[in-house]
Amino acid sequence: MSEIEFVSWVRGPGFQLAVIIFVAGVIIRLLEIFLLGRKANLAEARGSAMQGGLRTIFTRSIPDKGTLKKSSFKIVSGYIFHFGLLVTIFFYTPHILFFKDIFGFSWPALPSAMVDALAMISIITLFAILFDRLRNPVTRFLTTPQDLLVWFVTIFPLITGYMAFHRTGLSAPSLLGLHLLSIELLLVVFPFTKLMHAFTLIMARWYNGAVSGYKGVAS
Amino acid sequence: MNNKKNLNEQNLADSLRSQGISRRSFLKFCAATASMMALPPSMIPAIASALEQAKRPSVIWLSFQECTGCTESLTRAHTATIENLIFDSISLDYHHTLQAASGDAAEAAREEAMRENWGKYLLVVDGSIPTLDMGYSTIAGMSNLDMFLETAAGAAAIISVGTCAAFGGIPHAHPNPTGAYSVYDIIKRYGSSGTDGVSAASIKHNSAGSVADKPIITVPGCPPIPVVITGVLTHYLTFGMIPELDHLGRPKAFYGQSIHDRCYRRPFYDKGLFAETFDDEGAKKGWCLYKLGCKGPTTYNACATTKWNNGTSFPIESGHPCLGCSEPHFWDGGSFYKALSMPTEDLSKTAIYTAAGAAAVGVALGALNSSKKSTAVAEHTKTTIDDLEK
Repeated sequence: MSEIEFVSWVRGPGFQLAVIIFVAGVIIRLLEIFLLGRKANLAEARGSAMQGGLRTIFTRSIPDKGTLKKSSFKIVSGYIFHFGLLVTIFFYTPHILFFKDIFGFSWPALPSAMVDALAMISIITLFAILFDRLRNPVTRFLTTPQDLLVWFVTIFPLITGYMAFHRTGLSAPSLLGLHLLSIELLLVVFPFTKLMHAFTLIMARWYNGAVSGYKGVAS
Repeated sequence: MNNKKNLNEQNLADSLRSQGISRRSFLKFCAATASMMALPPSMIPAIASALEQAKRPSVIWLSFQECTGCTESLTRAHTATIENLIFDSISLDYHHTLQAASGDAAEAAREEAMRENWGKYLLVVDGSIPTLDMGYSTIAGMSNLDMFLETAAGAAAIISVGTCAAFGGIPHAHPNPTGAYSVYDIIKRYGSSGTDGVSAASIKHNSAGSVADKPIITVPGCPPIPVVITGVLTHYLTFGMIPELDHLGRPKAFYGQSIHDRCYRRPFYDKGLFAETFDDEGAKKGWCLYKLGCKGPTTYNACATTKWNNGTSFPIESGHPCLGCSEPHFWDGGSFYKALSMPTEDLSKTAIYTAAGAAAVGVALGALNSSKKSTAVAEHTKTTIDDLEK
């Protein structure tokens, strides 16, 4: 397979396959959660479940003082790399063109130099996070192979994208092909790992908040 | 015949002088060639003296499944250029389009050139070679495959000119009805095994070594830049060997850098300034054509530096994105006007169908789970005091 054939495959059938696995996986998993069903709550409501739920979606984004003090590195680094990832994925011109092709609409891009810097910061932060995780005996003990896999499929598109942007290391078609392949890997792994948190995060927060809200207590 | 012999014995310097080319222009050509091939300036006299002493090598040009665009590219210059004269100064003994002879006389010229220069002539091929039905393309009743293998057997080197000969090109594009292959693929398939379902032509003259060992220089492009072809020939005439090639057999001097890396519109790409359509403000201001599907980032060729039509411009300069014509399989690489970061398949349709299917599966699984739960509830028996006392 020549490199141009490789690029053609990852831009065409490869991406199609990855999207099928991603969409099917995410929808089936979400439906399984939604259709689990809950027992009717017979207790008298002491507050609004909806209000409590909505509030918690936002309040959980702010770490409480005790936790921040205890795990400041984990929280701050987590925020930095998630922010970098978000900007890199959604505000880089070629990526917006990709989404435009699928969704039919687009939005303004950020300057490439800014995205480039944030991508580099995300890569460095992700390495620091892995280092911290393996250095700390508790988190090292708790680390499963899935955690390492998820770390890899997250950083791999960032690294290949950074290389493709700077056109370094391999020939340009190989870099583009490798970058697309790394994204396809992320999409395929996504529904079956803790990466699903991107979809379950909001509803899980809402559910926690709604339980407390119904009881009329802070969550 | 005598006249031909005299021409063959004439060296390039004599030939150029007889055509009114001054030594100054000739040296300028040598300097341009040296810089194009990234050779040090000290090589200019070496090129000049080698070219001056070079005997006109015999060149056999075979055209198979092609559109003659490559020949057009080489010959369409309005005024006689030094490149053209250099090209005139090789002994082009066989070329369907350019030769005066036809029919048996044309084939006789090829056979004679092969006999006289066995093991020394250059074989230039344009067009891809069909392998399914030999009747798809024949010359003087001979299949392209047979003619190629027969002629390749005595060649010193093979130059695949144009994307069809280099990578298969448009005849090789999906669904490839003629089973067309590039020169390299044909040699890989038939070169070592000789006959392998083909007539014995390939092993008729094997004194110059196996066809499989022939050096192949690929000069892709649809068509390739004329100066790149003459550059490759000049290199061969000067050093008597083929230039340094990349992994696709392309001379690194011309295909070493991508269009994108040498594009004069690159600063706009870096600044994020793009033409969105062919007639918007961005297009008029000459901004980057990435969004209009430019394949410059993945295409290696000399267009951005050497340019076309005697250095006038190249496609991007006239406002059209690069098609990537010097890369393999560029016809099958999706729309010319889709940006490189866009998928080639209709992913939104894929996603919608998948979502519908997955929703059905999800609901079915949910129903299965809930029936499992009901069964469990129905089968649940309560523990009594008696059970505990057992």
